[in-house]
Parts: sequence; structure tokens; C-alpha cells
Amino acid sequence: MVLSHAASNSDVSVHSTFASRYVRTSLPRFKMPENSIPKEAAYQIINDELMLDGNPRLNLASFVTTWMEPECDKLIMSSINKNYVDMDEYPVTTELQNRCVNMIAHLFNAPLVETETAVGVGTVGSSEAIMLAGLAFKRKWQNKRKAEGKPFDNPNIVTGANVQVCWEKFARYFEVELKEVKLSEGYYVMNPEQAVEMVDENTICVAAILGSTLNGEFEDVKLLNDLLVLKNKETGWDTPIHVDAASGGFIAPFLYPELEWDFRLPLVKSINVSGHKYGLVYAGIGWVVWRNKEDLPEELIFHINYLGADQPTFTLNFSKGSSQVIAQYYQLIRLGHEGYRNVMENCRENMIMLREGLEKTGRFNIVSKDEGVPLVAFSLKDNSSHTEFEVSDMLRRYGWIVPAYTMPPNAQHITVLRVVIREDFSRTLAERLVIDIEKVMRELDELPSRVIHKISLGEESEANGDNLMVTVKKSDMEKQREIINGWKKFVSDRKKTNGIC
Amino acid sequence: MVVSRTTTESKEPVSSTFGSRYVRTALPKYEIGESSIPKDAAYQIIKDELMLDGNPRLNLASFVTTWMEPECDKLIMDTINKNYVDMDEYPVTTEFQNRCVNMIARLFNAPLGDTQTAMGVGTVGSSEAIMLAGLAFKRNWQNKRKAEGKPYDKPNIVTGANVQVVWEKFARYFEVELKEVKLSEGYYVMDPEKAVEMVDENTICVAAMLGSTLTGEFEDVKRLNDLLVKKNEETGWNTPIHVDAASGGFIAPFIYPELEWDFRLPLVKSINVSGHKYGLVYAGVGWVVWRTQHDLPDELIFHINYLGADQPTFTLNFSKGSSQIIAQYYQFIRLGFEGYKNVMENCRENMLVLKEGLEKTERFNIVSKDVGVPLVAFSLKGQSFHSEFEISEMLRRFGWIVPAYTMPADAQHITVLRVVIREDFSRTLAERLVGDILKVLHELDTLPSKISRKMGAEDFGNVKGKKVEREKLTDVIVGWRKYVMDRKTMNGVC
Repeated sequence: MVLSHAASNSDVSVHSTFASRYVRTSLPRFKMPENSIPKEAAYQIINDELMLDGNPRLNLASFVTTWMEPECDKLIMSSINKNYVDMDEYPVTTELQNRCVNMIAHLFNAPLVETETAVGVGTVGSSEAIMLAGLAFKRKWQNKRKAEGKPFDNPNIVTGANVQVCWEKFARYFEVELKEVKLSEGYYVMNPEQAVEMVDENTICVAAILGSTLNGEFEDVKLLNDLLVLKNKETGWDTPIHVDAASGGFIAPFLYPELEWDFRLPLVKSINVSGHKYGLVYAGIGWVVWRNKEDLPEELIFHINYLGADQPTFTLNFSKGSSQVIAQYYQLIRLGHEGYRNVMENCRENMIMLREGLEKTGRFNIVSKDEGVPLVAFSLKDNSSHTEFEVSDMLRRYGWIVPAYTMPPNAQHITVLRVVIREDFSRTLAERLVIDIEKVMRELDELPSRVIHKISLGEESEANGDNLMVTVKKSDMEKQREIINGWKKFVSDRKKTNGIC
Repeated sequence: MVVSRTTTESKEPVSSTFGSRYVRTALPKYEIGESSIPKDAAYQIIKDELMLDGNPRLNLASFVTTWMEPECDKLIMDTINKNYVDMDEYPVTTEFQNRCVNMIARLFNAPLGDTQTAMGVGTVGSSEAIMLAGLAFKRNWQNKRKAEGKPYDKPNIVTGANVQVVWEKFARYFEVELKEVKLSEGYYVMDPEKAVEMVDENTICVAAMLGSTLTGEFEDVKRLNDLLVKKNEETGWNTPIHVDAASGGFIAPFIYPELEWDFRLPLVKSINVSGHKYGLVYAGVGWVVWRTQHDLPDELIFHINYLGADQPTFTLNFSKGSSQIIAQYYQFIRLGFEGYKNVMENCRENMLVLKEGLEKTERFNIVSKDVGVPLVAFSLKGQSFHSEFEISEMLRRFGWIVPAYTMPADAQHITVLRVVIREDFSRTLAERLVGDILKVLHELDTLPSKISRKMGAEDFGNVKGKKVEREKLTDVIVGWRKYVMDRKTMNGVC
């Protein structure tokens, strides 16, 4: 007689994922667990935790691409196990990178003859690209100073205070002084005249941004070039320009082709652009191109005998995935000039639509310009009772991630909210966002302003003299009563709202 | 009456991909094309070109993972559009990174309390990890020298000549002098005694490798530590150690747990490991952990107001994908200690199978050791008419990618072939590889050696040279005839 065996608790492969014991035990956070768990359980547990991350497509804070065509997703998945740096083993992937570099160099009007190969490299993002460009400038400047017999221990770089953090990193890690041109209220980019004034014999380069992170504005690179040409004639220092076109590099050539900002200007020696911003590829790819070979000192390039073949390498990272490089090439040939232009024009249209919707509410000042990166930066016309940070918090409840932040010096008193229009931000979403912002404004109107703000103001006035003491105490109690009433109303109102949770 | 119209012009959406005009036109290589092309055409064209790349799983040159479970592939694809650096927007992903850092720090026996958070960060690979660690050492050393009122403009780092290129990059880009301990024939790692000898007051750290790229050997970190402790006592310089455990960091704790190489040694202040090597994740993730907070100078950490929230950041890269970090966490919880141990033991077993198979042919010297990274490095025995490079080229024809390379100074006359055993290199593949290597040897035996080398040697004696030339020519002609005839009868995998 065959004894039938009932599958007991121990036969875990039988249980459905949520019936198994794995979802009952808490996952270790500090130490690697002793035993293995089934792959379905591992997948489910992680997938579930990740549900609580923000939705990337509603992340209006980021410039980085969050959607690609399914065909490209397929290509990405099939090349996910290719280590990009194995040039000898994956020659086609390496060649695709080279084609991208050439295409981008041509897009930026690099002075290349018909079949001359461009000088450039794919990186993990604009941060790496900028560090490489900065390194090249530093080394060139050092060599020049050594040849002239002058000191070379105090290099500096001139930028605007609106630069992205990677310039500050570059300065700190590579021991270069950062000379920042301060902003002022209403002028949120680097002023070319002030920048050129700051240039001295130790300046390795002046960095201009095409598409400022804060308000999307394009800096006037042409004016900077012209002023610097004049100064170079007087001083003989030959100071070059680098253009940080992280966002703008894939916008300007398609929407504003007459705008001169790239290698058409003689002092521009290198440009970086993020493939993962308006290059329309997922996070993890950037590009840096140099005008010509002389702008990249040979001594920075390593020729190595890795895995058996000679490989020239000038990057900070070594092993990395190939998927994004292949995806970039896909986009370049799939879309072509026509396709990129269409996408950018759509972005600009939707940006204008959003801007008009916000202007119609009558509650906001628009800080961003129409020309530049398609984004809308706006601040409250009246921020005495509520701040942009509160608007940002409340929008989160609807699912939108809209960041609020203060400007850098000398405009720290200005706070803005910023919505970036990416390829996948359609008009319907733009209209929905305006409606949700209006809802948030109505809610805020019913809320009293945050007490802390007022009390701190009260504290300041306390310091000014005793005669204000009584006034402060009175407003204290008044404020408390206001708050209690306000919150009571607020709570009962919430029960009626229909926001997206 | 309805007049039926036949479609005369081929409308693009109707044509099948290979029937469309897009596969007839040459793709632009230097400039972006003016018009768009359909996505199916773009996909097909690129996919087809990529067929000519090597097969990643047969790439026996690389340590980097080439296979993951389908469930993990799904997670990777789901998170491909998350920009890792948006910590505020993706708090769970950020927390996964922190959990990984904590797990790795404890795996390396960092002196931490049960719930104390470890110091470390996820990077794009060991290159970035090493540069960050080196930066921390450089800054710590500079601060110390400034406090002592001594000059700090000549930092140096002591390593073996067997180090991976990233240390040379670090030295060149961050202006630190590289003092390399030369190798010698038979000794292909850094000699601890020589290393400690080279240490001076300007040394920011000594870098040891757990898993040398060339032979997979683990350097004797314990010995280095003990010698350096003594020297530090004499000199008072307090020179620290960094362990480059790019490969070994996920091997030693599982199959050699008694080996003391990590934070158990007091002078080890930071360790880097590649998640994408034996961490069993696809290319694009590395880790660096510091012993304590003090080993990472606060001035190197940036607190930025990016996208509206305060984010502390100490990496060279900023925006990057989140997929590999999530995949690393998947592997940690999926495999656990037990799972990693099983994988590493399998790798070691298959390594032994391959090594024994090669030894049986009696044509090779095994240069790698059994203890270390599971790989087999081997060179041809004795004087030979052929080089390891030829073997490597011929193996390509079978589909295998097995690299051949020369050792660094001072052992440049030694050439080795190297096969790395990864998780997905099963025993069947190992046996097949031995079979194919035998075939290659067989072929080479019937080939004359490359003329140029022999000619070069005999050039000095002219008359003798000419005679040798003629003999050699005849040899060649005969040899090639035979070779061609034999090829027609072979059944090799093309």
C-alpha cells in the first residue's frame, strides 16, 4: 500500500508566495541572512517594498528620462549582461559608442573634416563628463605654466553660483579653487561680464551652463566668448570655455539652431551633455566631446593591457553596463533630427500650456523663461502665510512630486517650485496638474499659517525691546486659538475631498 | 460601383522589417540622420549588428557577472527608469542601498554595534570606490600633516605592480605618486616586506589586493598588517591599509572564513568590493566601506539642496540607474550566506575540474593557485613554437574568449592564458573547454611557428639566414597544405 503524503508546511514550493512563511519573517537590514529564500519570495518582497517609492513618471523634479519605447527596453534587457569596458570582446558595442560620439560632436558643430573621428567619450553621466573635462583643462594649464616657468599650484575655475553640485565636487576633489559669480534677484544665471572680470592667470577655464538647473535658462555663451576673446588678446592667457550643456545640449540644436553656443564659438574647447536628460535615455549615460585632439592631453589617456588587448581609456569608471550606450544609439537613429525636433517642440508646447494655466490662477510669478529647457519655475505671489514648500508637500498627496527650493547666493530669499516637462509629460497630465495645484491653493487658503514662522518673527521683535513683550504674548494666544479652529475646519473639509491618494 | 484600389506604393507600416527600405540604406555613422525611422527597423538593425559582439557568457576573460535569475531581470526592468540619486523621491531604493552597505560592512567584520549604521556607499564599480577611498586617505593625511606643520605636497601610495589600472588612474588624476613593488618570476603579488620598506612619511596608505587580476591570488594582508604595525610603532606615521577586494570580497568570507584580511586587522581602514563580480550582479555596481566615521573626512561629503531636499553625497557619479543596487539587495536576501557559499563552492569545484583537465594534457604550467579567486591561469610548458596568444586566437573560432597577456614588470617575459570561473560556468562547459583546448593544441602542432620570429633571430648570419629561409619556406608550404587538408575533415564548432 502506498502511503500518500500530504504536503505539509515544510514543502514551501507548493505554497503561493503570500501563503509561504517568507512574508511573515522580517527581512534583515543590517546583516546578511543565514539562509536562502525562494526567488519568487525574494522578488515579491522587494517588489512590494518598492511600491512605496515615488512613481518615476510623476517625478516632475527630475530632468532624467523615465520612459522609452518597448523595442528599446528589449534591446536594453538583452545587453544588460555586457560589460561595456570589454572593448575587445564586444567590438560592436564599442563602435556604437564611437558613432554616438561622432554624431554628438557633429551636432555641436565640432570643426571636423568629412571622416575625421571626433574626440570624446561616453560616461555614466554629466558628473563624470565634467570631471574629465575639468581634468583636461587642469592638465593643459599646468603644462602651459610649467613651460612658461610660472607657478602652477593655484588653479581656479570661474562659474556662476547656479552651477550644479558636480562643479563644486570637481573643485574640492581635484583641488581647484572655485570662483563663483554670485546671482542677484531677477538674474539667475552667470553674468558674462562679471565672469570675465574674475578671470586671472590661474584660471583653467570658464564654465557656462546651457540650461541652468534652477530655471532652465540658457546662459549667453556667445557674449562670454566675445568678451573673453577681447580679454585674452590683452592678457595673452588664452583662457578657454567649457559649456555644461547637460540639459540644453539636446534641446538647443533642435529648437534653437541659430543660437550660437557650441564649437562655432572659437573659445569653446569641450562640451558635456547628459544622454539621460533630453538625450531621451534612462539614467546612466553622459557624453563629453572635445574640440580636437590637442584639447585632451595625451598623458591623461591610459593604454592598458586588460584582458589581453590594448585598450585606450579615459574615464573615471571602468566596468559598467552597455545598455544605455546602445539605447542612446537607438534613439539617435530611430528619431533622427526630425524626431528629436518633434519631441522638443511637444515639450515646449506643453510647457507653455502649463505656464499659461498657472498664470491664469493669478497666484504665481513665473520665474523661468520660455526660451531654454522646457520647465516652469514659479513662486507664490504672496508667500506671507504659506510657502512654496507647503505647496510641494500637499501636491505629494495627489501623487505629484514637485520640488521647492531656494536660490543660491545672493538670492537665497527667493523660493521656487519647479516642474520639468519631459518627453512623457503629455498635455492631459499638464492640465491635471494645474487643476491639482488649484485644489492645493484652495486648501492652503483655509489653513492658518504655520505658527513657528510667526513666533520666530515675534522672538526677533522681542529682542528689540521690552515694549513689544506684551504684544507678542497676546498674538501667541490668538494664534493658538486660530490654529485650533483652523485645524478643526481643515479636518472636516478633508473628509469631503476627492484627491488621488 | 466601388473601384478597388491596390496598394502600389509600399506603405512603410505594411512592409515587414526586412522588406522595408530601411535595411537597404546605410546607417549614418558620423551624423544624426535627418528623418526618423520606424522603431521596429531601429530595433532590428541594432540587434543584428550586435549579433557580431562576443557572447557575454562565453567571455571567460571577465570576472563580471553575466547571468541572473529571471525574477531579478524583472526587478531590473521595472526599476530601469529610476534615477538613483533622487533620494527624496525614491526613499525605499535609498534604504536598500543603506541595507546593502550595512550587510557588507558586517560581512567584512567592521567594528559595529548590532544596530549601528555603517559608513559606506554604493558606486558604479570598484574604480569609483577606489577613487573615493583614495581621496579619503589623501585628505586625512593632508589634514594630519597640516596639523603637524609639515609639508603635504608629495603624497604617495604603495601598491604592487599587479594592481588593476584604476590605481594608476587614481595616482595620475589625483596627483599622488605611485610607488610600485615590482613582481618577480614565480611571485606575482605584492611582497609585504618590500611594501613596508617602501613606506615613508608621505605615504597616504598601502593598498593590498584580495584577488589579483592576473592570477587570482589573495595577498597576505595579515602579514602586511603585522609588519606595518611594527613600522608604525617605530616611526609614529600611522600609515593605514586599504584592501582592494574587488574580486575576493565576496569569496573569502564564504569559503575561507578563517582568513584574516578585513577589518579584523586593525590597520585596515577601508575596503572596496565589486558587486558586479562575485557579488553576482550585472555590471554597474561596486561598494566601498570605511571602518568608522573618522576614516571618512566630513569635508568630502556634500550636503546639497538638489530637487528640494537635503542630500548628503560622496560619490563621483551623480545620476545613475537604480537597477543594480536593487539587484544586489535581491541577491543578498535571495541567496543569503548559505546561497553565496554554495555558489562559491561550485565555482571552486569547477575550477579544479578545469585545472586538472589542463594538467592532464601535460602541455601547460598552472600559474594560479587553488586558494583565491576561482580562475585558472596557465602558460605553455617549455620552449614552444607557438605562443599563448595564438591559442587565444584559435579558441575564438570555437566561440570561447580566453585572453592571453604578459605579466607586468619585472616578469614581462611570462605570458599566461586565463579562464575565470563565474557562477554560470558549469562543469559541462568546463569539460567542453578542455576538449576544445586540446583540439587547438592539435592544430597548432601541425602548424609551423610564425616565420617572423625565427627570421628575426637568424638575421645576423646572412648566408646561414638565406639557407634557413629556404628551408623554412618549404616547411611553411608543406605545413599549410597539410593544414588546409586537415581543416576540411575537422568538425570544430564554427
